[in-house]
Amino acid sequence: MANPRTSFIARLDWLTIILFLVMVGFGWMNVFASSRNEGTPGSLFDASQRFSKQFYFIIAALVIAIATLTIDGKVWSFFSFPIYAVTLLILPITILIGKEINGARAWIFIGSFTLQPAEFTKFATALAIAKLLSTYNFVVQKPRNLMQVGALLGIPMVLILLQKDTGTALVFLVFVLVLFREGLSWVFLFVAALAILLFVLTMLVPIPILLGVISMIALGLTWLYQRNLKFFYIGFLSLGGLFGLAFLGSKFLGSDWSLSRLFFLAAFLAFMIWLTIILRKRHNPLLIILLTWFGAIIFIFSVDFVFHQVLQEHMQSRINNILGLESDPLGKGYNLNQSKIAIGSGGFFGKGFMQGTQTSLNFVPEQSTDFIFCTVGEEWGFMGSLLVLGLFSGLIIRLIYLAERQRSTFSRVYGYSVASIIFFHFAINIGMTIGIVPVIGIPLPFFSSGGSSLWAFTLMLFIFLRLDTDRYQIVS
Amino acid sequence: MQNSNPNRKYVVGGIVLAVTLIYLLRLFYIQVIDKSYQLSSKNNSQLRVVEYPGRGMIFDRYGKALVSFEAVYDLLVLPQQLKPFDTLELCRILSVDPIELRESIKKAHDYSRYRQSAIVRQITPEQIAALNEKLYKYPGFSIQIRTQRKYPQSIAPHVLGYVGEVNQSDINADSYYQGGDYIGKSGLESEYEQYLRGRKGIRYMLVDVHNRLQGSFENGRYDTIAEPGRKLTTTIDAGLQEYGEKLLAHKKGSIVAIEPSTGEILAMVSSPGYDPNELVGRIRGKNFERLLNDSLNPLFNRATMSRYSPGSIFKTIQALIALQEGVIDEFYSVDCNKSIIGCHNHPNAHGLREGIMYSCNPYFYNVFRRIILQGKSTSVFKDSQIGLKTWYQMVCSFGLGQVLGTDLPGIKPGLIPDVAFYDKMHGVNRWAFSTIYSNSIGQGEVETVPIQIANLAAIIANRGTYFIPHFVKSIEGVDSIPEKFRVPMHTAVDTKYFDIVADGMQMVVNSQGGTGSRAQVPGVIVCGKTGTVQNSGRKEDHSGFFAFAPKDRPRIAIVAYVENSGAGGVYAAPIASLMIEKYLNGTITQTDKELSILEYKQF
Ligand SMILES: [Zn+2]
Repeated sequence: MANPRTSFIARLDWLTIILFLVMVGFGWMNVFASSRNEGTPGSLFDASQRFSKQFYFIIAALVIAIATLTIDGKVWSFFSFPIYAVTLLILPITILIGKEINGARAWIFIGSFTLQPAEFTKFATALAIAKLLSTYNFVVQKPRNLMQVGALLGIPMVLILLQKDTGTALVFLVFVLVLFREGLSWVFLFVAALAILLFVLTMLVPIPILLGVISMIALGLTWLYQRNLKFFYIGFLSLGGLFGLAFLGSKFLGSDWSLSRLFFLAAFLAFMIWLTIILRKRHNPLLIILLTWFGAIIFIFSVDFVFHQVLQEHMQSRINNILGLESDPLGKGYNLNQSKIAIGSGGFFGKGFMQGTQTSLNFVPEQSTDFIFCTVGEEWGFMGSLLVLGLFSGLIIRLIYLAERQRSTFSRVYGYSVASIIFFHFAINIGMTIGIVPVIGIPLPFFSSGGSSLWAFTLMLFIFLRLDTDRYQIVS
Repeated sequence: MQNSNPNRKYVVGGIVLAVTLIYLLRLFYIQVIDKSYQLSSKNNSQLRVVEYPGRGMIFDRYGKALVSFEAVYDLLVLPQQLKPFDTLELCRILSVDPIELRESIKKAHDYSRYRQSAIVRQITPEQIAALNEKLYKYPGFSIQIRTQRKYPQSIAPHVLGYVGEVNQSDINADSYYQGGDYIGKSGLESEYEQYLRGRKGIRYMLVDVHNRLQGSFENGRYDTIAEPGRKLTTTIDAGLQEYGEKLLAHKKGSIVAIEPSTGEILAMVSSPGYDPNELVGRIRGKNFERLLNDSLNPLFNRATMSRYSPGSIFKTIQALIALQEGVIDEFYSVDCNKSIIGCHNHPNAHGLREGIMYSCNPYFYNVFRRIILQGKSTSVFKDSQIGLKTWYQMVCSFGLGQVLGTDLPGIKPGLIPDVAFYDKMHGVNRWAFSTIYSNSIGQGEVETVPIQIANLAAIIANRGTYFIPHFVKSIEGVDSIPEKFRVPMHTAVDTKYFDIVADGMQMVVNSQGGTGSRAQVPGVIVCGKTGTVQNSGRKEDHSGFFAFAPKDRPRIAIVAYVENSGAGGVYAAPIASLMIEKYLNGTITQTDKELSILEYKQF
């Protein structure tokens, strides 16, 4: 165990710093590989060299990291609400004066340099949440306190949604994990997961089939809780048969989403079972099954109604886009397909550094930003994937470990926030490139090219590292 | 310190590890187990090939092609695949300016590096042959086949309209279009665009890194097959149309001929016109500019857009309304009292038929007075308002004062003044019959466009009903023409009164002293009426004539206008006569008449 009297350098968590440096370094290699071909045909079209730009971004990020470590951790706790307020104030300004890129009005220009303020809203919100949860007599279960949390999260979400930057707005949902760690009831995690699942299912599966499956699940669970073995077998067999049918159906439909549909349906089933097991000790399981079944059906119909009757056509197509249902192969669905081909073609060992054909020939759009993992997958193969996934899960688990060893609630909550935000970006970004998650445009932390994201994540991470070095002091 | 949930870290950590594990399994599957991705990466590219279908052909009523198409070639560039190349050689093959080419490439690059853009359009087959041999030297360039319009008959430019590249507002209005597409800009090309254009086909092709075709993307799942444009058969009689254009050559004027029993437009001539082939291909821009700046305004369709006072032609409507209102009967007679309103020298008109035959102005002054002033109010102002209101409604039932529903864009409504019009012009209760009497002889405020007068001829030919004049006879794949062209429209005047007016129009042409004797056709009873349109000021009157023939079971209703050519009987009547003879008999026997028309040149 580290001694509070040891030097600052010794108290630093060097494992995290090494993980960070490896990620940034490996990220730059891939940005270099993916953008080396841009603008080469003829001197006529000399595009700015993205990889050299990225090099300066990384140098700046290192400066930010060192500077952050020199700032006393108390500062962040003390100024957390002002920092939160300032980043929120910048968002409306961005909507007004910002430049529109890819349909989102989320960038501001400082000279020739673009900045995406929403990136910095994430760490500011993490600070504010940490501050709020560490206040004396704050109890997560109290409705009043929960509403305060909802407001802290809701305001940036709405402002970022107004910039039409849906991906970044969704990031704030991940704070459910943080709240869960701090004592939020299981029910919230379940209801949130259920709502997301049902929403996606309503879009993907024809409603009659969806209702049938849900009803069968509810029925099966009811039989299960009758503790009647015969009913259990009947329910099990009928569900199995149903899944068999769904699988055969998706085979014949041949849709790219068929696997995902099955995945979501299976997840829904698992969820229902999990829910009832958890709650049966305290409540009447039959009542809960019935209520969940009823609520799910109402939710499905309202989602369907809102989607088809209330939303206008362009909003519908935007949602379809997010869910990868657009039929235009040059649209989001095309990106997805191209990215899977690029990753899949990497094989076990990859084609080698700068040897990728898919990403370097620009078959994958936005390859150095949101689709940077394609370059990893193509040029470094499954070994590269293993490395990147290992780096991320290692970093996140390490951050959870660090957060748990904090003595102050502020540091712990902030640490969990950092871990959760990185986790959300990691899960959504890589999940999207391999076709498990709908295409939502958010960057892969420390990898994707661009300054704002890199700096915001660096700042976010190193604030926590500094807080960690101060963990023997009482920061409140 | 509040740390009451120590076990939940395992749940959160568990979620992280579970996601990582699922992703690793998925990655292992697509990277190591499933070999199909490695295969598809070898021939993977996003070449998007657009196939432009041939635009639908347009035919005349007998199936003669008026508009067809021929293949043309565009040079496309995919900026992403460009390599440095011999600009000068390429420019020499295509005979284009190197600076222009460089700029087009730059523009294409700015538009999208991953999409093809056309940079040189309408390349000749010879140039294509030369280019095809050397195309391998120009990576990133390819050739696209499109079709362009061709007009084998070189007639009816105003009716057929022209085709041009879409502009931004076309693209905004219909997402089907993309920059560089073509669209019907005017005439029938515009009116029937959605049938004529067909549907673009889009194929997504797989190309390897050396830009060699490897087959279709995902077995053509995302492809759309090009659908050729639909054939449009029009009501135009190409022979009659061509003859009309010949007659009006070197004159400013227009002709509209309609088949009364159907409302089908047989011919619509506006002169001066132009050869529609002039507005095709690379010469289009230059020629369009020239036509636009021509002081004779050849792009302007006089038949649907020229607003004239109807002149004496309007007397037929006045007669019909007065008969229907019961304010005169067929024996109504008026002395030609030139102190009321000017007239030419002629015997007094006995009865309505002679009134029409002599086109007597005092006669119709009194007819109109009886319509307007029916004594329904003691105030002459109020009485005029009541009379004009009735009159306005009845005139409008003849399709005047409104845009006819004809399938041609840009038709003008003309003007029929109503009470509100004069109230605005003079003030409420500040006008009466004495203010508006010029309308009795088709002068004053009334204005009509030639197609409305042709329709009026059809109405009288049909004795009171009409079909909205139209050009569409059939569309390939469409069961019937729009209902609005199949339903008869009824005027507010009873059939029996039309016979009296038709008698008068017969006498105009065929009786001694009639004003339209030059409209006679050997062996055919032509009913017609002259209309001399007085021009304010310097220039000579416009000559107008409308007619239908034969008197019984009419087969053609027609109007002819010749601008600045004097009285209606002089040039308009013989043109109508020749057109009727051409249509009814197929040949021209009145060669002297024809010669005198052909020799008359205004420019
Ligand atoms: Zn007279």
